[in-house]
Amino acid sequence: MSITRDEVVHLARLSRLALGQEELDHLAPQLDQIISAVARVQEVAAEGIPPTSHALPLTNVFREDEIVPCLAADVVLSEAPAVEQQRFKVPRILAED
Amino acid sequence: MSELTTMTAADLSAALRSKDVSATEVTQAHLDRIAEVDGRVHAFLHVAAEEALAAAEQVDSRRAAGAELGPLAGVPVALKDVFTTIDMPTTAGSRILNQWRPPYDATITTRLRRAGAIILGKTNMDEFAMGSSTENSAFGPTRNPWDLSRVPGGSSGGSAASVAAYEAPLAIGTDTGGSIRQPAAVCGITGMKPTYGGNSRYGLIAFASSLDTPGPLARTVLDAALLQEAISGHDPMDATSIDEAAPPVVAAARQADVAGLRIGVVTELSGEGYQPGVLSRFSQAVELLESLGAKVTEVSCPHFRYALPAYYLIAPSECSSNLARFDAMRYGLRVGDDGTRSAEEVMSLTREAGFGAEVKRRIMLGTYALSSGYYEAYYGKAQQVRTLIARDFEAAFGQVDVLVSPTTPTTAFPLGERTDDPMAMYLADLCTIPSNLAGNAAISVPCGLAPEDGLPVGLQVMTPVLADDRAYRVAAAAEAAFTERWGHPLLASAKGLDGASGLDADDTKGAGR
Repeated sequence: MSITRDEVVHLARLSRLALGQEELDHLAPQLDQIISAVARVQEVAAEGIPPTSHALPLTNVFREDEIVPCLAADVVLSEAPAVEQQRFKVPRILAED
Repeated sequence: MSELTTMTAADLSAALRSKDVSATEVTQAHLDRIAEVDGRVHAFLHVAAEEALAAAEQVDSRRAAGAELGPLAGVPVALKDVFTTIDMPTTAGSRILNQWRPPYDATITTRLRRAGAIILGKTNMDEFAMGSSTENSAFGPTRNPWDLSRVPGGSSGGSAASVAAYEAPLAIGTDTGGSIRQPAAVCGITGMKPTYGGNSRYGLIAFASSLDTPGPLARTVLDAALLQEAISGHDPMDATSIDEAAPPVVAAARQADVAGLRIGVVTELSGEGYQPGVLSRFSQAVELLESLGAKVTEVSCPHFRYALPAYYLIAPSECSSNLARFDAMRYGLRVGDDGTRSAEEVMSLTREAGFGAEVKRRIMLGTYALSSGYYEAYYGKAQQVRTLIARDFEAAFGQVDVLVSPTTPTTAFPLGERTDDPMAMYLADLCTIPSNLAGNAAISVPCGLAPEDGLPVGLQVMTPVLADDRAYRVAAAAEAAFTERWGHPLLASAKGLDGASGLDADDTKGAGR
């Protein structure tokens, strides 16, 4: 067992996924199976091998700071779930207490 | 079926240029074909008939006015629904973006429009490009035109199926772990993953940013090259875009020559888990290349065995970070906002309702791999394996000019077979993943039908970074020799859609032999 059901519950919370009990029952053994399979990377002798985060060697790319027009507010807000006073309207972000 | 829909993009281009046919006629013929067959194939999530005809009319009037137009002007193309389009919905195959209208065009979209290509609509895909069968789409699966009971591969399954079903001569896909090459292989067409950074990701909804690569699907190698040339090249809007001249891929596809070329067969990409018919067609393809003057040797890439596990740590890690932007605040779905719930509760309910099972699995897997205490053992280790895979490629390309393998271990599998068995689904990308991790170019080109099921097999040709032209050269040579041997293109053997009265009713010889 590489991951317990409790750990999967915790992962779901970190992932901001309100999983139901049935879904957890289904996902937990699948995640366990996948994690066991991908853990095979640990077999590789890789001491001293530098990590690759990106396929190509990239360095900082500089360019001139040009002023270009940005999207209009009404365009940006046109797909928002809720809008008020030309702003995104969101549910409360602070706790009541 | 209209003759216009069976023509290659190159032939359509010539007919359009000589005014034998108008862009409007070509576009209408493809829209008619879509109306005829897409109820069965379901390659498209959205068909933009009005916009396509308007764009075609514009090309026709510009041509009539004597304007100098590019090779794709008036040629239809299907666009994977992961690229933003200002005039069409963009969903990435997800409920969380159902009917989303993006406020801007992706660079790929802009370049297609600028080239005068006619965007027919948006194609179906696995949700957020995560999958190998297009069954993870929130809007229902796409079916393989060779056999409607089988998957078209994925995640660019809609794009591959649209081309194989003659709904479009060209399509754009994206390839993060094989999502262009694998569907191309199982649909019997050509698909290319260009060098990472060769095609812009601006406006491509991100899955795994260090791996995602847009690229072409087509019925011929030359057509794929024409499409790649129209979309590739530096884009200042993408920080990882390569600021160098794009490889001359159209010229390479026309060259179609392997004489004297050193070809390496990858030892690790064969054997157990591979379908016998896939291996026999692959061996024949290698013999064919040898008969055309290539020098074939076997090359070992020992760390390729660890590519799949490394990929399924790296890609989910990047995905868990990228998909954090779907937070129900600024666009897309919002669920449960009843005035009492907090933003965090609404976010969790929305993501629960908006994401499918595979996306949830990968977000959680990535969250796990990146969490403190596991980071070094999983994500860190996978990044080291990525280095070792790139070194395997470097060593191999010290000995040979290109590497070859089957594109997929098996032919198209039946719908539903692997949907609840994630590890079995992941194996479909066994041969394609190494080139995503190393960022080099790789193409899939049809190499025959597996004798046991009569379904298409793909030959994969991998080249060094920025040697995309070499992939086209080898694929075009194989395509020409195979087509001569079979007496017709492989796709002419497909009977899934048009039945015995289809394209080539008397096909009893050819690719199945």
